[in-house]
Amino acid sequence: MMTTTPPSPPSLGALTTAARDRPSAVERPVQIDVEGLDFYYGTKQALADISVRIRANLVTAFIGPSGCGKSTFLRTLNRMNDIIPGARVRGQVRIAGRDIYAPGTDVVDLRRRVGMVFQKSNPFPKSVFENVAYGLRINALTGSKAELAARVEESLKAAALWDEVKDRLNESALSLSGGQQQRLCIARALAIQPEILLMDEPASALDPIATQRIEELIYQLKHTYTIVIVTHNMQQAARVSDDTAFFWLGKLVEFGATDQIFTAPREKLTEDYVTGRFG
Amino acid sequence: MTRGRGRAGALAGDRLMQGFGLLVLTLALASLGALVADVLADGAGRVSWQFLTSYPSRLPERAGILPALVGSIYVITLTALIAVPLGVAAAVYLEEYGTRSRLARVVEINIANLAGVPSIIYGLLGLGLFVRLMAMGRSVLAGAATLALLVLPVVILSTREALRAVPKSLREGSYALGATKWQTIWHQVLPSALPGILTGLILALSRAIGETAPLITIGALTYVPFLPDGLWSPFTVLPIQIFNWVSRPQAGFLENAAAAILVMLVLLIAMNATAIVIRDRLQRHSA
Repeated sequence: MMTTTPPSPPSLGALTTAARDRPSAVERPVQIDVEGLDFYYGTKQALADISVRIRANLVTAFIGPSGCGKSTFLRTLNRMNDIIPGARVRGQVRIAGRDIYAPGTDVVDLRRRVGMVFQKSNPFPKSVFENVAYGLRINALTGSKAELAARVEESLKAAALWDEVKDRLNESALSLSGGQQQRLCIARALAIQPEILLMDEPASALDPIATQRIEELIYQLKHTYTIVIVTHNMQQAARVSDDTAFFWLGKLVEFGATDQIFTAPREKLTEDYVTGRFG
Repeated sequence: MTRGRGRAGALAGDRLMQGFGLLVLTLALASLGALVADVLADGAGRVSWQFLTSYPSRLPERAGILPALVGSIYVITLTALIAVPLGVAAAVYLEEYGTRSRLARVVEINIANLAGVPSIIYGLLGLGLFVRLMAMGRSVLAGAATLALLVLPVVILSTREALRAVPKSLREGSYALGATKWQTIWHQVLPSALPGILTGLILALSRAIGETAPLITIGALTYVPFLPDGLWSPFTVLPIQIFNWVSRPQAGFLENAAAAILVMLVLLIAMNATAIVIRDRLQRHSA
């Protein structure tokens, strides 16, 4: 039986490129340290005993079949699940050494430090400019109008969107294309300068060209941010990530360097999944 | 074969329902049309500048609706000023903050019930609470407060519907940027829900402007030869003026009543049109 079938030739190329640029494992400090995390929707357990260490300035991918808990887990990292009635968490999530589920945690401040981009782009029904300015305004991060405009421009540039929208900043964000809307959502998240960026299948609703642009963007952003990305596209995980976590039925089956997960998985389940035998 | 017959049967049923629907619609529109035509025939000739700007009189041809018209506009504006902030705030609380508590559920059921309470009951409440207990007297303020109570359930229910229709992704997008709950509600949820909220307000205020019983109960006057000059002033409104005129024996007053009905219809249409224009403008800006 073949144990190390790479998903497809193009991703093999991408793998080697990524591997070349990949910093060595030891030199990156742990930024998100999860220990024994259980998660319940009411009485239904969605995550069981998850422990994982996500390192700074790397891209960590969560893969797994639909309903395996990868998105749920992502949303525990900025306490986005707090909004859901009946959601309960046990265990610890330490970000920069502090347990974010400890009593007295400032959830608003946490979400400012841990940004999020959603599966379906969700720009506010406002102008392009106001979308990016929103986070800056509500958090009172900028003083003058000029400063605000500069930060908006900077964020749009960082999200590789500036050139396309610089002449239509006052138009409705909903008039942008799907790929542009998603990059606008990334710009919006970057504007408040988070330390961590969580991305929940950010390209799943986009065409291949828009997807490629998002992936290139992720590659650039990891120099500044720690990125966690949920994806159901294994080629994408192989292309963009340094570490990969494989989830199955609410459990973390395997976590390791992306090329190890894709070329030499330790678990049979991981191997079956990455070679496309199920999922 | 059976399949063919079944299909023909389904088509026939479809056509039957369509015909029935059309019939019902025609009946409803025809009765409305007859009503308007009747009122037009009786009152169109009476509507004039003199009619709009005159005070009531013993002589039908010299009587006018100025105090009632001004009173109606005055009362309805005050009603909106009282009912809108209270209703929207209550809906925001119930929908965004209190949804999970037992109390909120009890309150919710009771609001739905309150929307069905006959308006004269609100009149009695207004009489006891505002006119007597709070000593507002038979004033514009007491009338507006009573009508505000009357439409409050409708405002709350329709605002909740509008809030519920705001997509979850919008809230999540706001929370994810470090917005507090109130910032999210104020900057994202309420603006998105505004067109829906306005639709509810149109319905509520349209109901309020036509109400007669609760205002008669609290003692609105039927003969007012002066304009309301403040919150504490006695007043009358169009429906009461109409009610007063139709109960007179002279033919001239019946004509006046029909003319007043026309004026009220125009006022109502103007109110609704304004709200619809505002709503469409809001929707265009956010789309």
